[in-house]
Amino acid sequence: MFPLALRGLAFGTPGKPVLANLDLDLSGEGISVVLGPNGAGKTVLLRILAGLLPPSGGSLDWGGVTQPKERVAMVFQQPMVLRLSVLANVAFALEPRALASPEKRQRALAVLERVGLADRAGESARLLSGGERQRLALARAWVTQPRFLMLDEPTASLDPGATEAVERIIREIRTDGTKILMTTHNLGQATRLADDIVFLAEGRVQEHEAANTFFARPRSAAARAYLEGELPWRIAFDR
Amino acid sequence: MGSTLVDAFSLLGTLDSRLLGIVGLSLRVSLAAVLFGTLLGLPLGAWIAVSRFPGRGAVIVAINALMGLPSVVVGVIVYLLLSRSGPFGSLGLLFSPPAMIVAQALLVTPLVAAVSRQIVEDAWREYAPEMRLIGLSRWASARLLLLDCRFSLLVATLAGVGRAMSEVGAVMIVGGNIDGFTRVMTTAIALETSKGDLALSIALGIVLMGLILALNATAHVLRSWAARRYG
Repeated sequence: MFPLALRGLAFGTPGKPVLANLDLDLSGEGISVVLGPNGAGKTVLLRILAGLLPPSGGSLDWGGVTQPKERVAMVFQQPMVLRLSVLANVAFALEPRALASPEKRQRALAVLERVGLADRAGESARLLSGGERQRLALARAWVTQPRFLMLDEPTASLDPGATEAVERIIREIRTDGTKILMTTHNLGQATRLADDIVFLAEGRVQEHEAANTFFARPRSAAARAYLEGELPWRIAFDR
Repeated sequence: MGSTLVDAFSLLGTLDSRLLGIVGLSLRVSLAAVLFGTLLGLPLGAWIAVSRFPGRGAVIVAINALMGLPSVVVGVIVYLLLSRSGPFGSLGLLFSPPAMIVAQALLVTPLVAAVSRQIVEDAWREYAPEMRLIGLSRWASARLLLLDCRFSLLVATLAGVGRAMSEVGAVMIVGGNIDGFTRVMTTAIALETSKGDLALSIALGIVLMGLILALNATAHVLRSWAARRYG
């Protein structure tokens, strides 16, 4: 079971908090989906967990330590795509590992096969479509065999076909035993993928429930409004 | 004036051996200087781009300022270093092509470093979170960014070629403008013009401009091709 708990996590200034005293237990397996209106702090939360932003308060508990002992990876909304081949764009994620070049190449090719890009391994990655770029980014994260993977709106601005392909890969990564924490604005996607939902609004966890429970009986008014499609202008601007 | 131009084109048309010798030496010296300047400047610029250390801002200002370093100043510095009483006088390099290469490399290195620092830093700003998360070292990140920006960096290198080939002060001081040994296009143009031999000056000027134009055209074609091929 992957261990991760947030204790009173905060980010921002006292007058303008982005995250305020977040208590959240993300231990376990499966896919946790973070939902919430724009500006709720979803991306900030992921960046803090990735170690890219220092929290202004509180702590992270990765099984008794403040730094993750196991491999953590993240796929960004706009993933990095270097002007190199598709294969090289995946293989460089293995650079910090003490692996021989043929081994890196073999692992990268194997994961490209799983995301359906093996036949384009030699092509320039910059020529890939948006959906293919996200699959490439997932391959780059997957090749490192992470125990904890964060996905920041991985299908934003993708068409349904590309979204379906990305979701299939996310399920496969989960099946490999990787704990996944992802953000999305796509409620359909959340219902298809999530084991549990973290609903974030005004910098706080409003609800953390099993996905079925959350979608059937949201407890907070903010979550109900969000699910009903009400424009969350008060949540976004009242802070 | 008309007959001078005819003579100049005649020198070009007949592939005058003296002219070819000067052009050949110019190319050897400048390309060697750009090679050394690029080998030093690219990694230096990339390293500064991805590093954070006390005084980094001052280093960037200094390198940017060195881009405009007067070539005669570089000439004097290299002259002092290579003269008999200088620290490297025992090498006996003064008034030789290697001394000219050293001087031009000193002019090219800050230019390449400054431009590549800016190009790599722009890419680093965009890619740093992912590279840090992957666990890449600063050097590994710098190497990858140099590869990613290689076509833009061509411009930096090209600027270095232009700087090296068109400068006159430094090579005049450390090369001595010795006929058949250290005389390059720019020093030959300066000398022949002062002597009144305008035909050779004009012929060399045409070659010099043609080379700069050809280099720019090559870089433009290469960048266009790279944009189509690599996106």
